Formats: sequence, structure tokens, C-alpha cells
Amino acid sequence: MIYQNLPDARGHFGPYGGRFVAETLMEPLRRLEEAYLRLKDDPAFRAELEKDLKYYVGRPSPLYPAERLTRAWGGAQVFLKREDLNHTGAHKINNTVGQALLAKHLGKTRIIAETGAGQHGVASATVAARLGMECVVYMGVDDVERQSPNVYRMKLLGARVVPVTSGTRTLKDALNEALRDWVTNVDNTFYIIGTVAGPHPYPMLVRDFNAVVGREVVEQSQDMLGRFPDALVACVGGGSNAIGLFHPFIEHDAVKMYGVEAGGLGLATGQHAAPLSAGRPGVLHGNRTYVMADDNGQILGTHSISAGLDYPGVGPEHSWLKDIGRVSYVTVTDDEALAAFHELARVEGIIPALESAHAVAYAKKLAPQMRRDQTIVVNLSGRGDKDIFTVAKREGIQLL
Amino acid sequence: MSRIEGVFAALRQRGGKALIPYITAGDPHPDQTVALMHALVRGGADIIELGVPFSDPMADGPTIQLACERALAHGTSLSRVLDMVTGFRGTDTTTPVVLMGYLNPIEAMGLETFALRARAAGVDGVLIVDLPVEEAPEAVPMLHAQGLDCVFLLAPTSSEARIDATVQQASGYLYYVSLKGVTGASTLDVGSVAEKLAVIRRHTRLPLAVGFGIRDAASAAQVGRIADGVVVGSALVEQIARHAQAPAALPQILRDQLGALRAALDALPASNP
Repeated sequence: MIYQNLPDARGHFGPYGGRFVAETLMEPLRRLEEAYLRLKDDPAFRAELEKDLKYYVGRPSPLYPAERLTRAWGGAQVFLKREDLNHTGAHKINNTVGQALLAKHLGKTRIIAETGAGQHGVASATVAARLGMECVVYMGVDDVERQSPNVYRMKLLGARVVPVTSGTRTLKDALNEALRDWVTNVDNTFYIIGTVAGPHPYPMLVRDFNAVVGREVVEQSQDMLGRFPDALVACVGGGSNAIGLFHPFIEHDAVKMYGVEAGGLGLATGQHAAPLSAGRPGVLHGNRTYVMADDNGQILGTHSISAGLDYPGVGPEHSWLKDIGRVSYVTVTDDEALAAFHELARVEGIIPALESAHAVAYAKKLAPQMRRDQTIVVNLSGRGDKDIFTVAKREGIQLL
Repeated sequence: MSRIEGVFAALRQRGGKALIPYITAGDPHPDQTVALMHALVRGGADIIELGVPFSDPMADGPTIQLACERALAHGTSLSRVLDMVTGFRGTDTTTPVVLMGYLNPIEAMGLETFALRARAAGVDGVLIVDLPVEEAPEAVPMLHAQGLDCVFLLAPTSSEARIDATVQQASGYLYYVSLKGVTGASTLDVGSVAEKLAVIRRHTRLPLAVGFGIRDAASAAQVGRIADGVVVGSALVEQIARHAQAPAALPQILRDQLGALRAALDALPASNP
């Protein structure tokens, strides 16, 4: 199958994507798109970005052969793409470093961001500190509570964390609030969106900045295996780590891809965050995509043990990849993710983020169905230090 | 001529200005909305903008966000909002009603079903906040086919190219957002609004209504001098919020509050911008 070069000029991935925002933001989005298209192939900009990724983020991240896990699961060889080893502990920094450079080139002096688990907030506060820019991070009050270590991290980095009390008090409401800030302060402010959602050009540029993950896997798998992996597995909330891994492989049909959504307490309970598996197309946060909504078009609250997956929408490119059947979207429950969290810690000595643990849990189901000479690459999108309080609390252990 | 065009034509003839109040349907309770709409008419409303509540109103400030939450808590769906318009039309067949809201509830009903039902209910125009002209090529003909006017937003950031593209799709009137911000902000700069309205008038003869930042008689009069219509929303919704627990007094309160703006607009010297 030949895949078009998407998005198209209007930011559409098939019927998805686009720019569904109030008029005030249309011209700023057009200018951002214009600046990005000009800079992305500019040799000086590229050199600056590559330098930051190498010396500040610490790229490339290793492709780690998880031999004990492979033996334990009995089937395909499992490799972990170690995005957890990046500066700030997740793939999120790939995008914030890129968008910060855009902000600098656009002459902006103030950074805003939304965050769920806090990883994107930390990654935004980090790049803002480095550029000497003011930084405001919007975060739902419920997330402020369950991710308090990251809240403190952001404050240490000089950011102001604004708790959002509207709506369901989680990531989607933080995104609404960040958009309201941006529309008010659009002259001096750059909005660093943390995932491949939002209005065009964000789904495109966040994808492009994260695609370094997949490009490295292309090279690393050639070096280590002499061929491409047979399967890629990544968790999908908004979907930035998944699209980053998948994108360079999309045209290679032999490489199977699995996007793992948060099944929460199980799809049948309605308590989940799996719009691709159990939602319907709609419009949220500036783009058309699969969303979790009721029959009247009101966006539903979501549930996941992982704050970073707790979002009722998903990047529009994922919606398109689902419809054309290029990527299989599956779910993993809270309990399965938690079991994978422990298993990876005990078997490989790696504590994964609860988000990434969803990908690990699905790989565990997939590996035994594959041959021993086949390979799976799991995107270990972040480290789990931020989640130890959540896990301890859930297991009835009191820390501190 | 649509009901909205009729209102502006009549106002133009006598040099008057349109007063356009906004309330969120279903706030504080769905049973009260029709009475509040009639109160707005008695207070001097020329057109009513009726908000369709949405769970994620990203262009609105805290006042209208909370109005949406109150309305949704009582199960105010788009379908019920259309029933409210039908109820209003039971006794008022002249005041235009414009539904203002976000795209997702409309798409959940289905655009064509919505257009048919809106026409049948007596809706005159539709303003979909998160549907800029670029994304509207299917919606506009469908709404026009049912005789519904498509009201679009213009903003301080709108380029001349965007103004041009927007006025070609718009009908009824244009809603100029007076400031960079969300509803309920209070940083109105009348000088810069006047400059931008002059630019927009070079592209269209459609009436220009101005909203965001108009809170009282004084700000209404300032804007009335330079625009064809004045939209007031958050200031009314604040009163609704204040009296949400004892709503019996609300019709009179809204009528008086709007009446002050009406008087301020009517006191302006007749003009023909």
C-alpha cells in the first residue's frame, strides 16, 4: 500500500484532523504552520535541534534486548526502546526541545503547556528554564494530587503550575484552559502542546519531533538484526510516543503495529480511556478524531490508572491509521498494566511509567503468539519514578 | 428576507442599533429558559443568542463554563434546546433566535437532522464557535438550504484574506470578537475595535455585531457608536448564576439589566455607519 504524505495542506488525515478552533486562533496557527514548514528543512535549525537532542536529551536512546523477559514470555525476542533514559525521563522532551526552538525563532517570551501525568509539564518547564522563558503549566486538580512529585519538579524548574478545577479536572480540562490562556496572550506566548492532538499543525509537528524515536529504531534494528522488527508496540493516550515510533515504519507493511489504549476497569464498565477501541468520531480540542462522548455529543469522563493515558480523545493520525487498518488498536486494563509494571521491575530491573507498562502488558500477550526468530520493539516511553506513590497507595503501602 | 435581515433592515432605517443578549440554554434549569428568553425580549432584545451547552467550551471564560455545567447537570441536550425554541415560538414569532455552541453536539445529532429540526423549531441562525470557514464547506450549504443564517466570528487577529473568505460564507450578521481572550473578559479597547470594523466594512455590507467585554450601559453605548449591534453575555449569565437557587426573580432582573443597555443604545444619536 502506498501511503499519502499526510496531513494534507489543510491538516487533514483522511476525514480526521483539521483546525476546529475559534477565529482568534486561526491566524496564529497559520503563522505557526508557516514558520514550522520554513524551519523544518532549514539546515541551521536542524543542526540546532540535533545538537540539543544529542547533548541535552542524551539521544540516541538504546534499543535494549530484554533477554530475561524474552525467556520468561517464550516467543518473539523483545526489545525495549529506552525513551525512559532521556533527560526528564520520557519521550516528551523530544517534542518540547523542538517546540522550544520554534518559540525562540518566533520571538516568543512565554511558554504555556497542559499536562496530565506531569511528564510533558516537566519537559516544558525544563526547556523554558533553559531558554530563560516564563512558563505556566495547566494541570487538572485531580492530576496535581496523584502526580505531586512532578508538580514539585515543575516548580523547582521555575514554572508556575495552575490547578484546573473545571469539568472533569483532568488532562482534557487542562487543555481547554491552556487554549484559553493562549487565545488571551497569543502575542507573546507559545503553546507547547504535548501530544499529537490539537489543531493543525500540532499533530504534524509533534509527530515529526517524536519521529526521531522511530528513525533510531530503523537504524538500530538494521545494525543489531540486519532487518526491521516484526512488530511495534506502544501505548496510546494522545498518541505521541506511538506515532513517533510508528511513523518511519508506516510504509513498511511487513512491520505490524499495535497501539495500546487504557482499558481501565474494562471496556464493558465504561470506566476506561480508549476512544479508538470504544469511542466514535467527533470534534474535540481543535481536531476531528475518535472521542469518548455520549449520544448528545458531550465529552465523557475517562478512567485510567495512568494519568498520562487519561484522555477522551486521541491524535487524528491514529484515527486514520485505525480506519485504514494499518495499526491495530487494543486495550490493556489497569490490573494488567500494574502486573507488567512489577514484572519489568523484577525481571529486567527497569521500573516503567504506568503509561509504558500498558505497552509492556500487551507485548506479553503478543510475544508467545510469535516465532522465536521474530522480534517485537516495545516503546518504553517513560520511567516509573513518578508513579511509585500511585502504585504504593493502590497496594495499601504508605510511603514517607 | 430572513428574520435576522429584517431586524437589521428595520434598525438601519431608523438608525438604531441591535441589542443581542446571550444566555446559555438550560441555565439555571431547562424549565426556565423560555421565560428568560421572553424577559430578554421585554428588556429590549432584538435578537437572542441562545447558547447550546457543551462539556468542553474552550472559547469561554469561567462564567459561561459554569453556566454550561449547570445546564448539563440538568440534562440539557441539543434536542431539548430545540424544544425550548419551539416553546418560545409559541408566543413570539418575530424575535430571531441564533443558536451558539460547539460543533460536537451538532455532529452527534447529525448536521442535516440538526438543520431540519432547527428550522422546524423556529431557529433563525447558527454560530458554531469552533467551525471556522475552512472547515465549513459541508455545513454552510446544509444550513442555508433550511433558510438558516450562518453567523461567523471575526477577531482582532483575522487577516484581510480570512475576512474575505469568511464574509463569503456568512449571512445574517458577523460577530466581531472585540478582544484577544475568552468570553467574560473586560479589557475592551474601543479604538482598536473601531479600526478593525472599518477594515471589515471594506469587505462586506453585512451588519457587524460586537461581543466580548460589553458589561453595562456605558460599554454598550461605546460599542453602539461604532457597530451595528452589541452582544452582551457573561454579564447576564453572572446574574443567572447569582440567582440560580431562587430563579423566580430572574426574569425581572434580566429584563431590568438588559433594559439599561437598551436605553443607552436608544439614547445614541441615530447613525448610518
